Amino acid sequence: MSKLDFSSYDTQGFYDEMFDENNVVRPNYKLFLNRLEQIGQGKLNRLRHSTDRAQLSLGMTFNVYSDNQGIERILPLDIIPRIIENSEWSFIEMGLQQRIKALNLFIQDIYNDQKIIKDNIIPKEMIFSSDAFLSQLQGFTPPKSIWCHITGSDLIKGADGKYYVLEDNLRCPSGVSYMLENREILKRTFPELFEQLDVKPVYDYTHVLRDTLESLSEKEKPTVVVLTPGIYNSAYFEHSYLAQQMGAELVEGQDLTVQDDMVYMITTHGLQRVDVIYRRVDDDFIDPLVFNKDSLLGTPGLFNAYLKGNVVLVNAPGTGVIDDKAVYAYIPRVIKYYLGEDMILPNVKTYICDEKDDCKYVIENIHKLVVKQTDASGGYGMLIGPKSTKKEQQEFIAKIKDKPRKYIAQPMINLSRVPTMTGDTIEGRHVDLRPYALYGNSINIIPGALTRVALKKGSIVVNSSQGGGSKDTWVLNS
Amino acid sequence: MLGRVANTIFWMNRYLERAENYARFMDVNYNLSLDLSPNETEQWLPLIMVTGDWELYQSLNDKVEKSKVIYFLAFEKENPNSIYSCIRNARENARAVRTEITKEVWEQINELYFLVKKGLEKKRYTDTKYRDFFTEIKKGCQLVYGMYVSTISRNEGWHFAKLGQVIERADKTSRMLDTKYHLLLDTPKLIGSSIDLIQWAALLKSVSAYDMYRKKYGKLTPACIAEFLILDTEFPRSILACLIRAEQCLVILSGSSVGFSNVAQKKLGALKSQLEYVAIEEIIDSGMHEYLDDIQKKLNDISSAIYNSFFRIENHIHP
Repeated sequence: MSKLDFSSYDTQGFYDEMFDENNVVRPNYKLFLNRLEQIGQGKLNRLRHSTDRAQLSLGMTFNVYSDNQGIERILPLDIIPRIIENSEWSFIEMGLQQRIKALNLFIQDIYNDQKIIKDNIIPKEMIFSSDAFLSQLQGFTPPKSIWCHITGSDLIKGADGKYYVLEDNLRCPSGVSYMLENREILKRTFPELFEQLDVKPVYDYTHVLRDTLESLSEKEKPTVVVLTPGIYNSAYFEHSYLAQQMGAELVEGQDLTVQDDMVYMITTHGLQRVDVIYRRVDDDFIDPLVFNKDSLLGTPGLFNAYLKGNVVLVNAPGTGVIDDKAVYAYIPRVIKYYLGEDMILPNVKTYICDEKDDCKYVIENIHKLVVKQTDASGGYGMLIGPKSTKKEQQEFIAKIKDKPRKYIAQPMINLSRVPTMTGDTIEGRHVDLRPYALYGNSINIIPGALTRVALKKGSIVVNSSQGGGSKDTWVLNS
Repeated sequence: MLGRVANTIFWMNRYLERAENYARFMDVNYNLSLDLSPNETEQWLPLIMVTGDWELYQSLNDKVEKSKVIYFLAFEKENPNSIYSCIRNARENARAVRTEITKEVWEQINELYFLVKKGLEKKRYTDTKYRDFFTEIKKGCQLVYGMYVSTISRNEGWHFAKLGQVIERADKTSRMLDTKYHLLLDTPKLIGSSIDLIQWAALLKSVSAYDMYRKKYGKLTPACIAEFLILDTEFPRSILACLIRAEQCLVILSGSSVGFSNVAQKKLGALKSQLEYVAIEEIIDSGMHEYLDDIQKKLNDISSAIYNSFFRIENHIHP
C-alpha cells in the first residue's frame, strides 16, 4: 500500500488550512492526516469518484441557467474536508450572532422608523435606490419582528489567517442540503476517517428549521410548507430535500390559492389552510398582483395575505436590501449603531463607486481590485482586476461611470486553500465558507457549513455555476 | 394531498407500468422471432400496432426493421411512449413528488433513468445485449414496485399510485390481446399448427400470463385465452382484475363504497359491472376488436374522470 505523500505539497505562499508556512500540519488536521495516511493513496484514488456516484444516485443535481441543454450537473464533493477547531468556530458563531441580530434590527428600522437614516449613519438614497427595497412594506412588522430567519453568510479567510464576511445572503440562501448530504456521503464512503475525530454532528438542522418555522405562528400545530419554483430550478433538490426531511408539504405557486386574504393549498379533498411558508421563490415572483406581473411561479394575493398577518413568509420579503453590495459596506457602522459594539467578524474593505472619492480610487486602481455589481450574485457581473485584460477593465470603467450606484470594489483577497484531490495528486485549492444560521426564538448557528472550493487551478471563483465544488466541513469538539 | 401531487403520482406509476410492459413485449417478440421465418415486417409490425404509434413510426422511419422498431419503442426521444421517454417522465414525476416517496423508491427510479440513458448513448447493440437491456428494465421496474409495496404507507398517494398502475395495465393487456388475437385468427392455415401454438403462447407471455393460464386451463385455445385475459378475476393482469383493484382504490379515495360519489367512480363501476356480467362467447360473437376497442375508450374516459374528480384545480376553488 503506497502511503499518501504530502512531502511535495506546496502552499505556494497562500494561507493553507491544513499546513502552515513551513509545511507542518496544523493542529486541527493532525489526527485527520494520521487517519488519511492509513487509507493509502490507492484506495483514495479509487474512491474519489464514489462521491460523484452517490450524488447522482441521490439526485443531488442541478441545471446551469446559461446552458439550457438540460444537462444535469453535480457539485463535485472533494473528500478532504475542511476542519475547524472548536475555539475558531466559537468565534465565528459569536460574530455571526452579532451580525444577524444587528441586520435584523436594521431591516426593522428601515421599514419603520428609519432612525438610522435620520441619524445620518447611512444615506437615504442608498436604501431607497436599492431594487430590493420594497416600499409596500413601510410600517410593517413581521411576527416576532424577525425578518431574516434563515441566513447563509459567505465567509472567507485571507492571507492573514483571519475570517471576513464577504456577503450576507438574506434572501434565499441555498446549499444547506449539501452541508447535510456531504456529511452523509463522506460517512458512507470513508467511515474510517471519522473514527476518533470527534466531529460535531449537523443532522439536527432540519429539526431546528422546522421548530424555527413553527415558532413563527400563533397556532399550536401550524401547517408549514416549502414553496419551490419547481423541478427546473437549480436548487430544486434542496427544496424537496428540506421539505421531506421536515415532513412539510412541498408546494408550487399553482398549488396555493388565496381566498379572503387567507392562503390555502389545493388538495384532493378541497382547500387546506397554510400558516407558514418557507419560500424559495424570490420576492419579485411571489405574487403577480404586486410584483412581476408575468410570474407564473407565484400566487395572486399572497403578498396581501402576508401584510394582513394571515400567513408567515420566511424569509420575510424585503430583506434583500441587505444583500445589496453597496449597503454591505455600511454594516460595520450598522452594528455599532444598533448594538454599540465593534464588529467581531470584519467586513472586506469596500469602495462604493457611488461615492466620489471611492469611485476615483476604483477607476485608477481597477487592475488591483475586484469589481462587483451590487445586485448580482452567483459569481456573475464581476471583474477580477489582477486576472483581467485591459479591454475588460475599460469595459467595466465605462459601466461604472454609467451607473456608479450599481458597482462596488474590493481589494483582491487571496482566499485560503485546502488540499484537494486533483487527478492523481493533491493540490491546494481556494475555498470559502457558508455557515447557516436560524433565527427563531434565538439565533442558532449549526456547527458545520458548506465549504465551496474553486476546483480550477488558481481560480478564486467558488460558485457552483462557475466550476466550483464542495467540501464537507468538520467542526471539532475540541 | 395536493391535487397536482396526486396527479403526478398517478402518472409516474402509469409511465413505469408502460415502460415495463414495452420491455416485456419486445423481449417476448424477440424470443418469438427466433422461431419464425425471417420476415421482419411480419414479426415486428404488430408490436407498433399494439402500442398505437404506427403513424409516428411511419413519419420517422421508411421501413419496418427489427433494429428500427426496437430503437423506436425503446429509445426514440420523439416517441412519447418509448421506454426512454416513459422512464424519463417517471423520473421527472418522481422528482416532483420526492417528498411523497421514500429514498428507496426515488433512488431506484433514478437508477432506471441512468440505465436507459446509458442505453440511449450506446451506439451499437448486439442481439444478446438487447435482451439484457429488456431484462434490466423489467427487473428495474419490478424493483420499484417491490420497494413501493414494502416502504410506502397505504395512504392517499399509495392508492393514486395503484390506480395509475392498474389502469395502465388493463389498457396494455387489452391492446396486446386486440392486436394478436386478430393476427392469429386471420391466418387460418396455421390454426392448430406448432407455429400457431408458439404464437398463442407468446401472447400469454407478453402479459406474463403463460404460467397462470396453463395452471387454470391447460390447453391453449383462443376463447380460453381471451377469457383469461379479459374476464379472469384472480390473475392480476386481466382487464377485470385490474378494474376490481382500481375500484377498491377509488372507494377508499372517494370515501363511499355504495354507489358512486364522483364521475370517476361511476364510470369505473359501470365498466367493471359490464365485464362481470358478460360471457366470453358474447364478446366473441359481438366482435372481439370492437369490444376491446370500446374497453380502451372507456379506460380513457375513466382516466379523464379521475383527473376531473381529484386533480383539477377549479373543483376546489371554494373552501
